[in-house]
Amino acid sequence: MKVSSETTAQSSLPDLTTPINLSRRRFLTGTAVGALVLGFGLPLGAPRAFAAAAAATTSERGTQVPAFLEIRPDNRVRLMCPFMEGGQGTFTAMAQIVGEELDADPATFLVEAAPPGEAYVVMDNGMRITGGSMSVRMSYPVMRRLGALARAMLLQAGAERLGVSVSELSTEPGKVLHAASGRSLTYGELAERAMDLPVPDPVSVKLRDPSQFRWIGKPVKRIDAYDKSTGKALYCIDLKVDDMLHAAVQHAPRLGMTVGSLRNEEQVKAMKGVHSVHRLPGAVAVLAERWWHAKRAVEAIQVDWQEPGADSPVRVMPADFSSDAYFKRLAAEKGPARDDENEGDVAASLANAKTRIDATYHNQYLNHAQLEPPSALARFNADGSLEVWLPNQAPDLYRADIAKRTGLEPGKITLHSPLLGGFFGRHFLYDSASPYPQAIALAKAVGRPVKLIWSREEEFLRDVLRPVAAVNFRGALDNDGWPLAIEAVSATEGPTEAIAGKQGEKLDPTALEGLSGKSYAIANKRIAQIYVKGPAMLGYWRSVGNSLNDFFYESFLDELADKGGKDPFDLRLHLLRDNARLTTLLQAVAELSGGWKRGPFTAEDGSRRARGVAMASPFGTETAVIAEVSIENGQVKVHDIWQAIDPGSIVNPAIVEAQVNGAVALGLSQTLVEEAVWLDGKPRARNYDLYPILAPARMARVHVRVVESGEKMGGIGEPPLPAVAPAVANAVAALTGQRIRSLPMSRHTFA
Amino acid sequence: MELRINQKTVQVDADADTPLLWVLRDDLGMTGTKYGCGLAQCGACSVLVDGNVVRSCVTPVAGVVGRDITTIEAIESDEVGKRVVATWVELQVAQCGYCQSGQVMAATALLKHNPAPSDAQIEAAMVNLCRCGTYNAIHAAVHELAGKRDA
Repeated sequence: MKVSSETTAQSSLPDLTTPINLSRRRFLTGTAVGALVLGFGLPLGAPRAFAAAAAATTSERGTQVPAFLEIRPDNRVRLMCPFMEGGQGTFTAMAQIVGEELDADPATFLVEAAPPGEAYVVMDNGMRITGGSMSVRMSYPVMRRLGALARAMLLQAGAERLGVSVSELSTEPGKVLHAASGRSLTYGELAERAMDLPVPDPVSVKLRDPSQFRWIGKPVKRIDAYDKSTGKALYCIDLKVDDMLHAAVQHAPRLGMTVGSLRNEEQVKAMKGVHSVHRLPGAVAVLAERWWHAKRAVEAIQVDWQEPGADSPVRVMPADFSSDAYFKRLAAEKGPARDDENEGDVAASLANAKTRIDATYHNQYLNHAQLEPPSALARFNADGSLEVWLPNQAPDLYRADIAKRTGLEPGKITLHSPLLGGFFGRHFLYDSASPYPQAIALAKAVGRPVKLIWSREEEFLRDVLRPVAAVNFRGALDNDGWPLAIEAVSATEGPTEAIAGKQGEKLDPTALEGLSGKSYAIANKRIAQIYVKGPAMLGYWRSVGNSLNDFFYESFLDELADKGGKDPFDLRLHLLRDNARLTTLLQAVAELSGGWKRGPFTAEDGSRRARGVAMASPFGTETAVIAEVSIENGQVKVHDIWQAIDPGSIVNPAIVEAQVNGAVALGLSQTLVEEAVWLDGKPRARNYDLYPILAPARMARVHVRVVESGEKMGGIGEPPLPAVAPAVANAVAALTGQRIRSLPMSRHTFA
Repeated sequence: MELRINQKTVQVDADADTPLLWVLRDDLGMTGTKYGCGLAQCGACSVLVDGNVVRSCVTPVAGVVGRDITTIEAIESDEVGKRVVATWVELQVAQCGYCQSGQVMAATALLKHNPAPSDAQIEAAMVNLCRCGTYNAIHAAVHELAGKRDA
């Protein structure tokens, strides 16, 4: 692999064949090779972080400047980012935020995922994960302060070099200026000294006035756009180290089954390129010099899979499990239920109401279906340490898990976090759903580094699923036709309680979010969960509980509107009449769409169309969506999605718009075509041939309006998704009179 | 066997039925071409063979001996490819980026055959999957490359 000093962080091809033991000083001398080797996510920050921690006057979050920042002689700024980049633009956002206060152009940043470690816990909630649409909103002040602290250190170093006081100095992007003498020094010239200075007291630095922002709030270009347009960006699946073997696995058809005899082991061992055949928990593996050989050989193994024992360490998938039958079972569940919200007198309101509406909804299982199949690369070093490269959204959790599995001290484990080829919740820590335990076991068994790639088929077999729920709604209207009471009882297992394997003392908030937390002024409401532990392994999927629950609630709300003879847009305005923020948002989306009109109406092309509206409040952000649909060849065609989104305030409007587009695509995918169907304990689809994800032809035009209310900052990656499905379903109902109470729409017939 | 990749002749030792994708990635270390499905469903593995876009995950290597193979690694050596990349960057198409090598190859192939494709031709040619949902950005980029103002 060629190295050049011109490459950016993502194109810094790792020279992984060279043992890595470079001093900081060698880095700072800036030789091309040294800089480059360091440029690839090595845990270099760790020793400096420890040194900085020892010298630090405070243990406040995000103040160990040298652990985060290195400024190269050529003025490039290397930022060790606490968050993983998987398309959501967090590397660019962090370069903007830190660069703003550091006074360095984000375009000069090389951003990499930081190693595990306390130094990188920067979020308000004390966690270090990339998820929950938290990265920017939970670290914004801390990451700004980090930049400001580094700038103060550069100013101090500049004052020393120029023999003047700090108060006489100022900065321009990338340099310290002494206006009186016209002298200046670049950050690159000052960095070595500056990074050896003590970090100033965090309260001593002043943050910029937002009116002076150069980069925050601007559509700054993504720092990874070029590498990702030219194949230079490296993902875990692309990595290679010296002497590495490739591995492929065949998993048991149902989770929990164990490996029996291998009927043709000798023949497989004799296949071309095969290095060795291995038994793993619930899987068999083949190692080879080429992955293709490993894959072909492992698929050829005839395994006598054994039924799970009673003591199975993993959740057992029964041989008779069917997802369709499971939905029926959920809908029939009677309880007991635990209340999440209970206001007013729901029982009496329902009993006494003149107009009652009951309806049952359910949703479907989904795969993550990120385009990059999971992989992991493991290498045991001569000193007994272990290096692992793996896609992840939570490096510290993974390292702790690896320590537990291997018995190694965490300090002996180096975890590398490459770019993610999509994630959408796929790369949280899920037992039995990641290749790294297998890669580590195989590397240990053969004494050579091993890179294991799960084929697409193995991925669709072991991916954790987006949860399902069946919700029984009951609603009551007052004499004027306005909603008087709403009750939603959801039979479901939330992802967090599923991962834990049991119900917690408190309700799993990810089970009911989107049913709970609604802002509509309905005097009597009850939101409750019937916990039903299912057989499928569950996980987080972009927008989590909101991805299903907003579909249920916002669709049922339209049912209430229809029953009461109200326009659904007017109904929402009425129920939000005391909520200025949401009224503004609802009006904004109507205006964006050219004024609310439900239809049906005839479009310019002669097609009959209608519109639907829905709202959601996920991850601290407020959203409102209008969808326009027609029926084309018996299928729902979504022409336009208008979305108004209020995340309080934003860092990059261009990335926000891209995230809205992406979330709409995933929202349309689950609405129109996508479902993970299970039959006889197995997924029907093991690849995209039978697991359709939204294709380009079914994408809608997307129109975005960002409303910056100035309220507390909310998330961006997930929030634009949940309101898409109900907006489409409500439009379909307006057009066809058909109320869609389950997804995807491809299961329904339209005339 | 001898292959001609990106204007260079390379020798590889692979079975005739090995997919070109894995020869590129494992034998030649050219990882810009991606594995997504192995079934010609997603298009992440798209390369050009004699100027036509081909899904390398189902293309036996023996079938491309004696033909001109272009991968994403050399896309900027092609005049059209260079414009495609520049537009992809200008319009900020990529999100996670994993499918974008294939998208850039597909767009390059389309525009080399037809410098001014209609919307219907764009829709027919740009069929690779993207889980991040960059479809509108892709459409806008190809539209612009086709010399149109995006609708």
